Amino acid sequence: MTAPALVRRPVRKDRKSVALTIVMALFLIYTLVPLLWLLFSSTKTQAGLFSSFGLWFADDFSFFQNLVDTLTYRDGIFVRWLGNTLLYVVVGAGGATLLATLAGYGLAKFSFPGRRAVFAVVLGAIAVPGTALAVPTFLMFSQLHLTNTPWAIIIPSLISPFGLYLIWVYAVDAVPTELLEAARMDGAGEFRTFATISVRLLAPGIVTVLLFTVVATWNNYFLPLIMLSKPELYPLTVGLNQWNSQATGVAAEPIYNLVIMGSLLTIVPIVVAFLFLQRFWQSGLSAGSVKQ
Amino acid sequence: MTMTSMRVTPSVRPRRQWRGWLFVGPFSAVFLVAFIAPVVYAIYLSLFRNRLVGGNSFVGLENYLQVFTDAQFWESFARVALFLAVQVPIMLLLALGAALAIDSARLYGAGIFRIVIFLPYAVPAVVAVLMWGFIYGNSFGLAANLNDAVGFTLVTPFARDWVLASIGNIVTWEFVGYNMLIFYSALRTIPADLYEAAELDGAGALRVITAIKVPALRGAIVIATIFSIIGSFQLFNEPNILKTLAPNIITSYFTPNMYAYNLSFAGQQYNYSATVAIVMGVITAVIAYVVQLRGSRAETR
Repeated sequence: MTAPALVRRPVRKDRKSVALTIVMALFLIYTLVPLLWLLFSSTKTQAGLFSSFGLWFADDFSFFQNLVDTLTYRDGIFVRWLGNTLLYVVVGAGGATLLATLAGYGLAKFSFPGRRAVFAVVLGAIAVPGTALAVPTFLMFSQLHLTNTPWAIIIPSLISPFGLYLIWVYAVDAVPTELLEAARMDGAGEFRTFATISVRLLAPGIVTVLLFTVVATWNNYFLPLIMLSKPELYPLTVGLNQWNSQATGVAAEPIYNLVIMGSLLTIVPIVVAFLFLQRFWQSGLSAGSVKQ
Repeated sequence: MTMTSMRVTPSVRPRRQWRGWLFVGPFSAVFLVAFIAPVVYAIYLSLFRNRLVGGNSFVGLENYLQVFTDAQFWESFARVALFLAVQVPIMLLLALGAALAIDSARLYGAGIFRIVIFLPYAVPAVVAVLMWGFIYGNSFGLAANLNDAVGFTLVTPFARDWVLASIGNIVTWEFVGYNMLIFYSALRTIPADLYEAAELDGAGALRVITAIKVPALRGAIVIATIFSIIGSFQLFNEPNILKTLAPNIITSYFTPNMYAYNLSFAGQQYNYSATVAIVMGVITAVIAYVVQLRGSRAETR
């Protein structure tokens, strides 16, 4: 695999175009408008939301009041949801990355009976979307009395066929087979070799898979929506939507300012993580798109 | 650690070893529980029906026959097919244009564009829909601001004729950057000597795009198309969350997935719900497979 960042570019083409930059700037504005709207709106009271222009401040600045209200509403249920999300992300995405790394490495570096079958099934599984599986999984889990427990969210999150595929593609080139043979000659056990040598070589691929599984579990909505009916088990996504639906119906009690502040608090950690780790997901994505 | 040099071992033994399973085993075990078992259970459920008289009984393929004559299912199917035919080409063309622009080295601050346009991918669908839903709204959204400014009702994102386009806009906003990044990554792998050769031949920028860049993107385009097809057919989050804001427009069978969900959770029709989920899964997989096949055939030609 050629490292994408190292491909040289002809110098001639470095002439900058103002027109192209302006067109792309419009694209940029389109991307940023909803996020800016969210930022401005998070500083407003409910009355301010209704009486002011969306992309500017209202007369009253209540960002910190909204923050306090969001974190303390109904005995701090939002903090509870944040904790649940963290639990599902740490165990679910962490476990998914571990399983995908072990299996991708195993498929890339070992020849064993059934290897082709495992590979075919996993490739097929990439095409089966999580949402299609969610209703059948719910039906099965309710028979097993697993619904309304954290396991209902964690167990399905542990499987990442795409993550396995990424690690497999990555491991083929990143871990030289000769190195493994040499380690075997020296009498090192397979797990020892894996833990001391291979993991280090696989690190960029592992971080990429971790990022994508973290995003998938942090943003998961459909699965917890159908698996959980107890609000104290909700992740942030389902909780936020419940707050929002509170605005309509018989006993309507709109809390738009809290929904908006809650939305902001939900995206900040994941966006920050992405910005800081961008070097990794960019190289990992190229590994996935080069080979198919 | 003892190995410092790479020793080439005589590879005379292609012996099949079981120890690979030590690594693949844990994944496979969870995969069986969390992936294979639900599929098998759903197939089992789809062959039964719960009747008022006689309870749970085996009905063979009766549920499947019912799906094929179910007007609500086909209405929802036609809706996502229309969505697929319109939204996916727009999104992928935008992504392609953005990737080519960023890769062209003719942008000021190309890195900023790449990161910011990708950013919505990290935003949870729930938050994306809530933001856009509020913006669309006539009470305190930008749509209301716009209508006030022009003095008449110019935009009505929640009107029956517009709601699918409004959802299309949200999905495009969420995923255009992800697709752009897939295309961009593929563009970065084009070897520099190809460009040098094109330059020697006197090829212009447009010619470089059509003769070098787009052919190199073919694999990435196939992947992006397959993921977009899956996403369209499985549409759920966006309409289901918008439903709170536009309850009379978005029906309980707006998309096939919403239909399956509501059959289970509002109707308690678990057997039929499982059948709908299976039928949609099979249709999605078949179409994804055909696209993959056609894409790779075009590549070898």
